Amino acid sequence: MHPVTDAMRELSGETSTAVSTPPDDRPPTAPARPRGRRALVAGGVLGVALVISLIASASIGQFHTSPSEVLSSLYNGLIHGVDPSRSQVDGVLWSIRFPRAALAALIGASLAVSGAVMQGVFANPLAEPSIIGVNAGASVGAAIVFVFGYSQTAVWSLPLAAFLGAVATAFAVWGLSRVGGTASVLTLILTGIAVNAVAVAVTSFLIFMGDRSSREQVIFWQLGTLAGARWPDVGVTAAVFAGGFAACLAIRRQIDVLALGDTAASSTGVSVERLRFGALILVSILTAVAVAFAGVIAFVGLIVPHALRLAVGPSHRYLVPLSALGGAVLLSVADIAARTVVPFADLPIGIFTAVVGGPLFLVMLRRTLSGYQLGR
Amino acid sequence: MAVLTVEGATVSVGRATILTQADLTLTGGEVTIIIGPNGAGKSTLLSVAAGERKPQDGTVTLDGDDLTQLSVKELAKRRAVMPQDTTVAFPFTVREVVAMGRTVWNDGAAADDRVAMEALEAIGLTPFADRAITTLSGGEHQLVAFARVIAQVAPVGDNSVVLLDEPTAAMDVAHAEATLTTARLLASQGAAVGIVLHDLDAAAAYADRLVLMSHGRVRSIGAVGEVCHEPLLSEVYGSPIEVYDHDGNIRVAPRRRLQSA
Repeated sequence: MHPVTDAMRELSGETSTAVSTPPDDRPPTAPARPRGRRALVAGGVLGVALVISLIASASIGQFHTSPSEVLSSLYNGLIHGVDPSRSQVDGVLWSIRFPRAALAALIGASLAVSGAVMQGVFANPLAEPSIIGVNAGASVGAAIVFVFGYSQTAVWSLPLAAFLGAVATAFAVWGLSRVGGTASVLTLILTGIAVNAVAVAVTSFLIFMGDRSSREQVIFWQLGTLAGARWPDVGVTAAVFAGGFAACLAIRRQIDVLALGDTAASSTGVSVERLRFGALILVSILTAVAVAFAGVIAFVGLIVPHALRLAVGPSHRYLVPLSALGGAVLLSVADIAARTVVPFADLPIGIFTAVVGGPLFLVMLRRTLSGYQLGR
Repeated sequence: MAVLTVEGATVSVGRATILTQADLTLTGGEVTIIIGPNGAGKSTLLSVAAGERKPQDGTVTLDGDDLTQLSVKELAKRRAVMPQDTTVAFPFTVREVVAMGRTVWNDGAAADDRVAMEALEAIGLTPFADRAITTLSGGEHQLVAFARVIAQVAPVGDNSVVLLDEPTAAMDVAHAEATLTTARLLASQGAAVGIVLHDLDAAAAYADRLVLMSHGRVRSIGAVGEVCHEPLLSEVYGSPIEVYDHDGNIRVAPRRRLQSA
C-alpha cells in the first residue's frame, strides 16, 4: 500500500480543514484531448507534410519533373545505384534536387531542435540560438574565408570556418557569462549581446577590408542559401544532426524541469549548471552545422517550437521530436517558395524565412498574449 | 529515523553576515517551524539545511552524512524542498508539474503520473490536474508546488525530509490549514518536516518545536510553550504580541489597540 495515499484518505476523513474541491467558476482550460494524443496526431500530420514537401521540392523547378518520375528515379537510384548519365531526369534529380531537398530538411530540423532546446534551457519562449552568438560567430568565420580568398583553395574551408566561428563565439559567451562558477540566464543574455556586437563589428571590418567580389560573397552568404548543396554537405549535416538530436532527446525530460526555476530544478535532482552547459554545446553544434552550409537562416528556431507549443503543450518530451519534423517541413516549403516565387531567380532562403517568419511570429505572439499564457 | 543537523552555520553575502552560528535539528516524526521577523535569516537557514546554500562556516549532516558532499541527485532522493518562488515558466499541466517531482527516481512516465495524481488527490487538487499551471492563482501555485514535494518524497517514511519555505504565504485560510495539516500528517508517518512560517498563531498550533530567529541568529529553540513568551516575541518583532490560552491551545496574536474615533 502507498503510505501517502493511505494517510491522505485518513486525512480527508478526520479533518474538516482538508479542501476537497476548491470552489472554482472559471471556465475549464484543460485540453479536450490528452497532450500525448495530440502530439501523436501532430507527428503524423507533420510526417505526411514532410514527405509531400520533399517530393514537391524535388519535382518543382525550371526543369519540370512529375512526382511519379521523382519517385521512380528515387526507387531506381536506391535499388540499382545512381547513374546520372542514364537520363537527364536522373541527372537533375540526383545531383541537384535531392541533395538540396535533403539539406533543407536537415538544416530546418537542426535549427528548430536547437530553438526548442534553447527556449527550454532558458525557460523563456523568446530565446533563440543567435543569442549565444552562433550566427554572428559563423559570419566572422565566413568573412575571413571570403576576404582572404581561402574559399578558392579548399572546398571545405567555408563550412569549417563558419562552424569554428560559431562554436568559438558560443563558448566565449558561455565562458564570459560565468560569475562565481554559475551563469544566470540574465548574465548569459547580456554577455551574448556584447559578444554579438563585437562579432558583428569584426565582420563589418572584414567586409570593409575586402575587395568588391569578396564583399558580395560575404553578404550573399549572410542572406542564407541552399543553392549548390552537395551530397558531402548532406552527409556531414546528417551525421551531426543525428548525434545532436539523439543527445537532445536524452536530456529533454530534464529540460522540462528547468521551467521550475534553477533552485527548484536543482532540489528536484537536476544538475542545472551541467545540463545548461551540455544543452548549449548541443545547440551551438547543431546551429553551427546548419549555418556552415546554408548561411544565416533566421526565425526557424523561434517559430517552429513556439507554434508546436501552442498545439501540443510545452513538454519537451513531444516538443523536441516534433520540432525536428516541423523545422524540416518549414524549411522544405520555404526552399520551394524561394525557388519559385520570382521566376528564374533563386531567392536567398534567409530572406524568405524572415519575411514570412517575422509577421507570423507577431501573429502568434498577439494570439498568445490575448488567449493563452506566454509563461513568465 | 531521519535526523538533519545544522551546526554553527554562518553565511555571508558580500560584507553582510546574514546567518551567524545558527543551529537547527530536524528529527523524523516532528514538525519544526522557523519563525522570526523579515530578514531574520529563516529562509537562509532552511536553504543551508536543504543543501542549496553552502555555509562559509559550520556543518550540515543528514543521518551522519556531510550534506555538502552529497551530489544533486543524492540530495534530491533524500530531501524535498518547496521554494518561495513557485512560478513555472511554461504552461505545463498541473499533473506534469507535479510529476517533475519524480525526475530523480527515473521510474518512467506512467509511474510518475500515477504518483503525481496521488499527491494531487492528497491535497484535494485532482480537479486541477489537466489545467495549465499558468492559469492558476498564486495560492494554487503553492498548492501545486506542495504536491510536487509530496510526490518527490513518496512513499513517505522514516527517512523522508521535507522542507517548506513559507508554503502558505499566498494561500487562503482553508488552503493554509489543509497544507499545514498535511505537513503534520507527513511527520506522523515518520518524515522530518521543517517549515518557515510567518503566521505565528499557525506556527504555535502546528509545530512540535519552534525556532525563533532574529538578526541572523537563532534566538530561542524549544517546545511551543517555551518559545511563545509574550516579552520575547514582542521584543524580537518590535511590536506588542500577546500569547493566551484558548481551550487548552496556545494562541498567538498581535496586541491591537484599535480606538474608535
